[in-house]
Amino acid sequence: MNVASLLLLAFTAIVVENFIFSQFYGICPFLGVSNKPSTAFGMGMAVTCVITLSSFLTWLLYHHILDPLGISYLSTIAFIVVIAALVQLIEMFLKKYVPVLYEALGIYLPLITTNCAVLGSALINIQNGYNLMASVVFGFSSALGFTMAMLIFAGVRERLVFADPPKSFEGLPILLVSAGLVAMAFAGFSGVNIG
Amino acid sequence: MHEIITACLVFVVLGGLLGILLAIAARFFTSEKPEKLEAILSLLPGANCGGCGYSGCAALAQAIATGEAKPNTCPTNSNDKNTAISLLLGCQSAEKTIRYRAQILCSGTHEMAKKKYMYEGIDDCNAAIGLAGGDKLCPNGCIGLGSCARACPFQAIDVVNGIAAVNYEKCRACGMCVDTCPKHIIALIPYDAVFWVGCNSQDKGSVTKSYCQTGCIGCKLCEKKCPAKAITVQGAYASIQYDLCTGCGICAQVCPRKIIWSAHSQKDRGIYSDGHDRLPAQGNSTPNHG
Repeated sequence: MNVASLLLLAFTAIVVENFIFSQFYGICPFLGVSNKPSTAFGMGMAVTCVITLSSFLTWLLYHHILDPLGISYLSTIAFIVVIAALVQLIEMFLKKYVPVLYEALGIYLPLITTNCAVLGSALINIQNGYNLMASVVFGFSSALGFTMAMLIFAGVRERLVFADPPKSFEGLPILLVSAGLVAMAFAGFSGVNIG
Repeated sequence: MHEIITACLVFVVLGGLLGILLAIAARFFTSEKPEKLEAILSLLPGANCGGCGYSGCAALAQAIATGEAKPNTCPTNSNDKNTAISLLLGCQSAEKTIRYRAQILCSGTHEMAKKKYMYEGIDDCNAAIGLAGGDKLCPNGCIGLGSCARACPFQAIDVVNGIAAVNYEKCRACGMCVDTCPKHIIALIPYDAVFWVGCNSQDKGSVTKSYCQTGCIGCKLCEKKCPAKAITVQGAYASIQYDLCTGCGICAQVCPRKIIWSAHSQKDRGIYSDGHDRLPAQGNSTPNHG
């Protein structure tokens, strides 16, 4: 793959097939920690680290161990093990060096393990037959798209605090409605066909 | 068979490698701060009742460690443990905390209080309140459906004969029942207070008399007779100021409505309850409150 196609892949992953707004992966942290841009950004960075590293490791794991040994049917479990270990690593790192962020992310930090965006990107890499470089680029840019979505929505949520919705829409309902509206905006990219 | 062995081996190696990696990483990334936190946390009761105003014992431990909260913030902890926490933080000793207990300020049992209607709904005081303010005629009477008992993290409240009763030994005065009670008739009083007024009717004496056989009528006899001037009748019902009360029990003797109750009191056990928190007042109770 040349540079141009890698860039196209990155653009597709960030905007056209945004994990949150068009694939609906990783909705849990998206709704859980998007209440402040700073925590949303922290979450985005943590997810970016995990996805990029896991894309790299799971590609190696699949193509050099699982596939040659004929146990590729176990890839989901193996990937989860790798992801869980990475999340644990990130958690220890944050606890020591950025305790404020560690507190702010709370339960959503260990929950990155079960975030389908992370496992999703690892499995998509294999499914689409990307090479190692493309896998890492795809993982990294999907995570950037995830971070961008988190930040955009954190901005929306800051405005939502001042909104005065009908009583039955207060709290989560209005949040889901606004998330749907932002996702509709992203649907505008779906016609962009890069090939 | 061969495939199973391969799969097992791969996962054993994979798990082992990642485990070693994490163990090494843990060496680099541990900080000393959590140990102090753990120590504070181990000295807290761990009931996560929320009585301190933080979202649980872990949050309070964090606040104590950072100096945001005092070492004796936990209302349910014993003095010894609070002192241990302050020693841990390098202070001399904590301020002595007064132990409190919850007390339900109503004596309107099924026999005593008249009812408006028979309530047959959800077993919850807040639900009953929705129906004309509950089934008792008294607007300040205990509903007796046990919302406080369910809110209590220490299982210290039982409903006996239509009103809630506190088991003093179990009660840690976290205040969850006080916040839960829709009638606001639960008060925190000093743990060793022997006497208390079992009514908080806001109505005039004549009105109270019409719906409750025992409610306080605000006759002010106790106020006049109290040698320590600890009782005041504000509005329609009497209340005891516990920092002045000497526990002499004269108020209980003179009360024509027998609404000033006495707790079980023994020299060696202090205040206790045997599941039912009130006794007919006895004037000769040992003065217990210093």
